Amino acid sequence: MAKLILLLLKLCILFFVVHAVFEDQVGKFDWRQQYVGKVRFSHFDTQLQSSKKVLVATESNVFAALNSRTGELFWRHVDKTGPEGNIDALLHHAQDAVLVVGNGRMLRSWDINVGGLNWEMLLDTGSFRSACLVGQQGTVKHVAVLKKTVISVHYLSNGHQKWVENLPEGETVDYQTVYSGGNGQVFVLGIVPHSHITIVVYSMEDGEIIKQVSVEAPWLSNIPASCAVVGQGMLMCVDSTTMSLNTLDLHQQLQMTQIPLQSLGLEVDPDFHPSLVSHQPNPAQKPLSEFFLQLGPERYLLLQLNNGQIVTLRDFKPALLASFATTGEKTVAAVMSPKNKTACSINLYSADTGRRLLDTTLIFTVDPNGGKPERLHVQAFLKKDDSVGYRVMVQTEDHALTFIQQPGRVMWTREEALSDVVTMEMVDLPLTGTQAELEGEFGKKADGLLSMVLKRLSSQLIMLQAWIAHLWKLFYEARKPRSQVKNEVSIENLSRDEFNLQKMMVMVTSSGKLFGIDSKTGGILWKHYLNNVPKNAAFKLMVQRTTAHFPHPPQCTLLIKDRDTGLATLHVFNPMFGRKSQVTPPALPQPILQSLLLPLMDQDYAKVLLLVDDQYKVSAFPSTKNVLQQLQETASSIFFFLVDSSQGRLSGYRLRTDLSTEQVWEVVVPTEVQKIVSVKGKRPNEHVHSQGRVMGDRSVLYKYLNPNLLAVVTESTDVHQERSFIGILLIDGVTGRIIHEAVQRKARGPVHVVHSENWVVYEYWSTKSRRNEFSVIELYEGMELYNSTVFSSLDRPHAPQVLQQSYIFPSSISTMEATLTEKGITSRHLLIGLPSGGILSLPKMFLDPRRPEIISEQSREENLIPYAPELIIRTEWFINYNQTVGRVRGIHTAPSGLESTCLVVAYGLDIYQTRVYPSKQFDVLKDDYDYMLISSVLFALFFATMISKRLAEVKLLNRAWR
Amino acid sequence: MAGLQPFNVAVISFVLLLICANLVSCNNGRRVGDPLEAELSGFSVPLEHSFELDDVAKFQSRGSLLLKTGREPSVSLTQNQLSEDDRSKLKEVAAVDGLYRIRVPRVFLQADRQTEWQMDGYLTAFVRACAMVESHLSDVITLHTDVSGYLIGVSIVTLPGACRGAEVEDEVDLEVFNTTLSIMAPVNAPGPETALFLERMEQESEKKGKNPQEQKSFFAKYWMYIVPLVLFLMMSGAQDQSGGGAGGGAANGGGR
Repeated sequence: MAKLILLLLKLCILFFVVHAVFEDQVGKFDWRQQYVGKVRFSHFDTQLQSSKKVLVATESNVFAALNSRTGELFWRHVDKTGPEGNIDALLHHAQDAVLVVGNGRMLRSWDINVGGLNWEMLLDTGSFRSACLVGQQGTVKHVAVLKKTVISVHYLSNGHQKWVENLPEGETVDYQTVYSGGNGQVFVLGIVPHSHITIVVYSMEDGEIIKQVSVEAPWLSNIPASCAVVGQGMLMCVDSTTMSLNTLDLHQQLQMTQIPLQSLGLEVDPDFHPSLVSHQPNPAQKPLSEFFLQLGPERYLLLQLNNGQIVTLRDFKPALLASFATTGEKTVAAVMSPKNKTACSINLYSADTGRRLLDTTLIFTVDPNGGKPERLHVQAFLKKDDSVGYRVMVQTEDHALTFIQQPGRVMWTREEALSDVVTMEMVDLPLTGTQAELEGEFGKKADGLLSMVLKRLSSQLIMLQAWIAHLWKLFYEARKPRSQVKNEVSIENLSRDEFNLQKMMVMVTSSGKLFGIDSKTGGILWKHYLNNVPKNAAFKLMVQRTTAHFPHPPQCTLLIKDRDTGLATLHVFNPMFGRKSQVTPPALPQPILQSLLLPLMDQDYAKVLLLVDDQYKVSAFPSTKNVLQQLQETASSIFFFLVDSSQGRLSGYRLRTDLSTEQVWEVVVPTEVQKIVSVKGKRPNEHVHSQGRVMGDRSVLYKYLNPNLLAVVTESTDVHQERSFIGILLIDGVTGRIIHEAVQRKARGPVHVVHSENWVVYEYWSTKSRRNEFSVIELYEGMELYNSTVFSSLDRPHAPQVLQQSYIFPSSISTMEATLTEKGITSRHLLIGLPSGGILSLPKMFLDPRRPEIISEQSREENLIPYAPELIIRTEWFINYNQTVGRVRGIHTAPSGLESTCLVVAYGLDIYQTRVYPSKQFDVLKDDYDYMLISSVLFALFFATMISKRLAEVKLLNRAWR
Repeated sequence: MAGLQPFNVAVISFVLLLICANLVSCNNGRRVGDPLEAELSGFSVPLEHSFELDDVAKFQSRGSLLLKTGREPSVSLTQNQLSEDDRSKLKEVAAVDGLYRIRVPRVFLQADRQTEWQMDGYLTAFVRACAMVESHLSDVITLHTDVSGYLIGVSIVTLPGACRGAEVEDEVDLEVFNTTLSIMAPVNAPGPETALFLERMEQESEKKGKNPQEQKSFFAKYWMYIVPLVLFLMMSGAQDQSGGGAGGGAANGGGR
């Protein structure tokens, strides 16, 4: 009996505690998109004709299988970030895929059908050079891995090492390639720069050196870049200085035969390094004797090596990309050539004759908002009539993958640029589509009373029309079953919903591609690729004009800055459509140090962006007369700060009326002791509802709400675990006054900081206790407010009270952000991205330095949780239930129209969007709210009062008669 | 349970913070600090100020800071009076809402020799000149050091801090600085308080141990509440089953 009771009690507890997502709510308010990153290697699964797998290994250290019909992921393996998980090579044979990972540290074999790990081998140290599959008598059973000084051969079935040999003369010879033609020999090719090629031939059986030869080749420096093995073991190298092809028979190794390109009647484009593409359909057999020679950026040649003679099979000019593909016994060459500005055509040619195959033209439409095609992955298959059909996967510069079927039908597109989102903003959608139509009406200046009235009437008529249409649509759709009603979102019908829950996510990726994504569905509404973005660019996205200023289109500005030179460019665009704005941004000839978006607006309601260059001169954008005038008026109250972390210098500047600046304060943190790692201000769109906290004795403790406060985090240069520390400086960004200075001893970074309202939360690694710890600093003005109407940094003489408390956190974290709501009434939560892929919503209540160690009546009155040193991760706090977000790098929060609701986007390798309700949905009726019950109760009460009133009247009357 | 706390935690830690900062009484120009002591364990650096009509900084000596090095660095100040010219200039600068800036050289407080404490560069701070005038030259200057004793920042505020446009008529008010000077080292941030927490837990368990009535099992104590609740739940569970409610279904599934 007792057990039963216990069970029932447990059930009760379960019922009361669970407040996460219900099963039927999965995917209702949230979505996730999974990405793999920029593709480095790809293989089509050719085991079966019907196979739908594309194996990809990417620069984000991801190995995945894509469904070639839909573009979805079959499975995905995410390795460590950085060089440790770097995928060096992908070899594919039958149902095994062999990966060399981490500069040759790991050898892994995966079963491609299910994505399971077959085996994993830890290899000896040594930097990786090359790997290949080794076949013998038609079967492939081994894989050879070449490292700087050693070659090892492993069984494909279990990964065990068959043999390992040190390479001869490893100090002088730079070994670069390993090759096997399927005849029981493994060729290792190395070079001595400016001298000769060394060829070492190993026996497959026992690793014995069969032969070791040196061949003169003083011009050769990089074998993989300029050589390829063709046909019956002929090494073909292209020499760009003498413009010649050099052949070397690997089996005889006498000397290189030089064939000048001119003798073949070929000319190389100046300044172009020609390259070779060969094809080995099966590692157990020799490579094809046909190969591609690229002579220019738009010129390929299909050549054939025939008894030592080179025959030109076909000259492709212009040709952007060329690739081989094999199906069954047939090998074809696919060549992409530009057709016109917006399209390319891909054709298939027979590899052994160079003859064009009939009916194999495929049109690839180049997206004007995308990049140029970069690589071509061809999947060839045999049709029923034994002719060759094919599909292609085109990889473009903007990291997008497009899968195309004949005659040009795009089956799917994957925007892999989204695997590396750098920064994002959420922009409100415009009010309604009809209002957009009225843009012209409000945009024009007034030209008479009558015409204005007429215009107003006509616009009202249009609105009425739209409303009726909307009603009709509602009525029409109400009759259809719900499943048939499609809510397709496109750019045309974008409009804000009732509670402003749907927004436009403007995402900036490191490749320089911008995306506009609908936050409700995750659909990409627009994309725009910026071609000339430097590799190491830093981005800053600013919303200069929101959708609130109706006739004027919203405007976003992206500042793209080269990290090395400091030179920056501005890209101004409309966040709704992604189109480049008509407004011409100013040219910025000087390196930019700082940018700041002022709350000032020009006459077109665009916020003013100030850019500070390295001469400390300020330029404004937009820089109309109106703006300059406003700037002159307010110059003395515009302050900004600069951080030079290499010198540990924080300095404050004030704007002068002539748009020059003057330094007003300077704080120098000596770099010998500590270095500045991050500076965090507050978010400008943050609202704080309550000025203070009501204490247990009904007095008020006022918060120190300084909008100019900066949290500066430093890390010690001394990394010894006893002496390392992290420092937290709270500095007023206007006056340079150090409000608080604290040191967390025996601590180490990486430090994650969130700065909001009157608190700063940071997370660090405690070297003493070897654990992650959270610390919270809160600032209070005290029991009375100095100046309750305005906050001015120049007039706050009293330093705030500082409270601090620390906690143990049981996990390391990847990123951290605080929730944000419209008016700041809702309590705050911290959103913590964990390395496990979970996103934890931790109530700020738990990080409160006023949590008492000893519970008193007053603290109970205040609802303070008693202090406990450990913060516990509760599973129901994970807002993404089982939707793991790979490698979270950032979390973006945005307020919605509902006070209770905060929109959250977590990005990293994946993108996950959801809503959180930190104080539950206090302003929304639940989905299953019983309207019937409440209205029937209301009616019943109403009638009851009527009847009782009547009865009371009758009773009174009767009493009066008595 | 502990008694009522007379102070709240916030106030206590604020007091602690104040203790950390060594408040030093200030000379205002007429008294000179003990020179002997200064030579033994400290050095003096100039405190300079600048207030110009065109806001181009031209620093002039305001006084000298006497810094005492060691484990607990302290500071004292000797400063000059404002001259007649300076007073009028300050008032003029205040009238156009100019800035009053101060600067101190970057120094290292833990060094023994002069060559070691000197570093290039200055630390600067400012207040509005009008605030300086209206507060009758009462300012609070704080020097901030880092962990190892480098001076990293200086801050100046006036008391009161506001500019209300009040006229300062008496010239004497602008003659002598009334400065409160302090030097602040970083506060040690607290780590998680495990020891205290454990102590408290132990105390609580001891308390429970002392009180035998509390040792009664949960069911023994609350059986009179549990039984009706269970009965109620069973009844409602049965109802749910007939109604086919999702919650009831789940409950039964779990029960089995």
